[in-house]
Amino acid sequence: MATGVAAWLPFARAAAIGWMPVANCPMPIAPRDNSRKQDELIILNVSGRRFQTWRTTLDRYPDTLLGSSEKDFFYNEETKEYFFDRDPDAFRSILNFYRTGKLHYPRHECISAYDEELIFFGIIPEIIGDCCYEEYKDRKRENLERLQDDQEENKDLKQPNLNFRETMWRAFENPHTSTLALVFYYVTGFFIAISVITNVVETVPCGTTTNQKDMPCGERYTVAFFCIDTACVMIFTVEYLLRLFAAPSRYRFMRSVMSIIDVVAILPYYIGLVMTNNEDVSGAFVTLRVFRVFRIFKFSRHSQGLRILGYTLKSCASELGFLLFSLTMAIIIFATVMFYAEKGSSSSKFTSIPASFWYTIVTMTTLGYGDMVPKTIAGKIFGSICSLSGVLVIALPVPVIVSNFSRIYHQNQRADKRRAQKKARLARIRIAKSGSANAFLQSKHNGLLNELLELTGSEEDEQKLIKSTSLLESQHHHLLHCLEKTTVRTPLCFTLNTHSSAHEFVDEQVYEQNCLETALQTYPSHSPSIASHNSPAVTCCGASGKKNTPLPNANLPLANPLPSHRGPLQELSALHIQSADPLSHTSSRSNLNLRTDESKRVNCKSGRITTAIISLPRPPALAPDADGLHGPPQRRPPPSAGTNIVKVSAL
Amino acid sequence: MAIFTATNPFMSLTDSVEDDFELSTVCHRPESMDKLEEQTKFTKKELQVLYRGFKNECPSGVVNEENFKHIYSQFFPQGDSSMYAHFLFEAFDTNKNGSVSFEDFVFGLSIILRGTINDRLNWAFNLYDLNKDGCITKEEMLDIMKSIYDMMGKYTYPTMMDDAPREHVESFFQKMDQNRDGVVTIDEFIDSCKKDENIMQSMQLFDNVI
Repeated sequence: MATGVAAWLPFARAAAIGWMPVANCPMPIAPRDNSRKQDELIILNVSGRRFQTWRTTLDRYPDTLLGSSEKDFFYNEETKEYFFDRDPDAFRSILNFYRTGKLHYPRHECISAYDEELIFFGIIPEIIGDCCYEEYKDRKRENLERLQDDQEENKDLKQPNLNFRETMWRAFENPHTSTLALVFYYVTGFFIAISVITNVVETVPCGTTTNQKDMPCGERYTVAFFCIDTACVMIFTVEYLLRLFAAPSRYRFMRSVMSIIDVVAILPYYIGLVMTNNEDVSGAFVTLRVFRVFRIFKFSRHSQGLRILGYTLKSCASELGFLLFSLTMAIIIFATVMFYAEKGSSSSKFTSIPASFWYTIVTMTTLGYGDMVPKTIAGKIFGSICSLSGVLVIALPVPVIVSNFSRIYHQNQRADKRRAQKKARLARIRIAKSGSANAFLQSKHNGLLNELLELTGSEEDEQKLIKSTSLLESQHHHLLHCLEKTTVRTPLCFTLNTHSSAHEFVDEQVYEQNCLETALQTYPSHSPSIASHNSPAVTCCGASGKKNTPLPNANLPLANPLPSHRGPLQELSALHIQSADPLSHTSSRSNLNLRTDESKRVNCKSGRITTAIISLPRPPALAPDADGLHGPPQRRPPPSAGTNIVKVSAL
Repeated sequence: MAIFTATNPFMSLTDSVEDDFELSTVCHRPESMDKLEEQTKFTKKELQVLYRGFKNECPSGVVNEENFKHIYSQFFPQGDSSMYAHFLFEAFDTNKNGSVSFEDFVFGLSIILRGTINDRLNWAFNLYDLNKDGCITKEEMLDIMKSIYDMMGKYTYPTMMDDAPREHVESFFQKMDQNRDGVVTIDEFIDSCKKDENIMQSMQLFDNVI
């Protein structure tokens, strides 16, 4: 529908008068406009800033929020206006869209904030006008790239269950993941350096001997150099084979540039071993030694700058191609001109056009060796033109390459910076989450006090405690409390049985303590018996008879990270999942008691307990409140009786 | 200073650019609302709504033929409405100055939407009579018919025959041309239309457009 020109619809309908006398059939009946209300002004109150517009303006786009009846949800009866609790600045461009039919993207606006506003108001971003569309798309792409970088790094951390091969591959790709990888990294770097230095030193004249003078070191100490070479090649071969074994896709690995460099680096040695017998091809054998210099490219695994340079050159291939092409053209032109200009002079070095190529190249790149110089006047004139134009031709594509390199380099810098900041960011997130968990535990203590107060009937103290927490908090805590009470099979929970069978959230440190205590105990067998029931009760439950005693439970709020002394596991946070053992149902004991026994015993024991590793860097958008809820839901598997949820721990 | 500007070549360029700029942003303001209310049969509120829509699409206050065709084509996405829009433009542009101002627009609409049957038929006759000589020839009608059929576009069911406009013109003339002289005059036109029930009924459609 021509929504932009909706105001002209009456005109279009009027213009249909031209068809009437011509038509042979009767016309269909026109739709009646029953809502005969006059066009009225609508007030849109966006966070205090009032916008006003005609109703028909908004009705132009009926599939958006403002154009449809969806806005009735935001209608405020008392003030007779529509209230939106959104950003008024972004709303300006949205309202302008209704007015003019064109959506513009304000450049100072954050791209994700703007996107959210568009989604809220039901406007698709594709209708952004041509004037602003390019900018919008660029910013969106940039943002996506940034987020993708973050996600890629998260992926690294989210791999708990790697087998040996995958661990090895990860160690190869990211040396900072484990000490062994780091050691390997430095060792290979060292050997690359040794190999390159050896190649270089081999050719240095090593002092005179009695028969010959200035023999290169390589021929004097053949054995030593051969040994060093063999050692290096062995290390490189082993490295290559290990990488090949560990690679997730061997075929792809073999095709990658780095592995080709590896192969080229070690192949000459083996070919040399095979061919030493044959004297005819010993000349070729010498040539093969040149390829040993490719070992220096193995350094690109160690240096990010080298990799960036290589990537830049690849991405600037077209500019480089253009440079090459224009240079070739200029060289041919000037070589021809110089040749014919210098043809006259005697003893001219410009014997042919290809011979003049050398002069042209040397002049255009402003090297000027001086081995070939023009002697005629014409030659000198053209020679000077040649050198001037050389500067220009080379100076043109170079800034493009430089800017490309700069952009990629800064991108990498940004990635490194973010990685460095990530630790600080994660620490902040952790503190926020643990803060909320602690708040719950605090209020639980207060809450228990509350109940006591209710029993004793002291009003003032009760009110004081109630005031200290906000309504939101107290409702949230009540929710968690309900969940605690739910995770109990026995109907005994409402008795004053102090040997409480309800599960409770506990503080992280207390939980650790209990775990250590119970780990020292040896559990007889998994078949439940009264005896074993008591022992965990004694240790895990601590002093019985006190409600406040923290029990080991299956719930560890996700937010609580492991304490810092468990250093290498900092990436992991553990959540225990109980595996319901179907065998336990067939026991003679009552099922209810059985279950509670299970749940109490199962927590710290590693036998049937398995830990699920969930990585910490959750999106920061996660409200601190919500994380408490993530702990408990994991315990729902037990109610679905008989399911074995087992995950291999990476601890 | 005048010498300075005259001798500076760049300055003269900008002068001419400014002149062009001035011409293209000529702004036309309509007569006052009271006068328009007298001259047309619209109420003040209706005039307001009409003017708002008009000004939104044509901020300069006048519509030229390009704009007119563009606006009209938005209502007929499937076919080509440029010819018919051209004829409409000619009909609205009563003072033949190549642009339709708000007054022309409103006068035309007033006749079509608020006029008597005679007025409306008169206006339609005026639309058909391309050279405004008081009678409609077969060629003029053929042009009009073709433009209307063009608006339908290619994708119709059943597919449009090539000579459909011509046949339609023949049947039109059969109906309207009473004295069989090959042209339709204004009286013949009004008479025949008043006799045709369908046409009379369809004229009622325009009572409730605004």
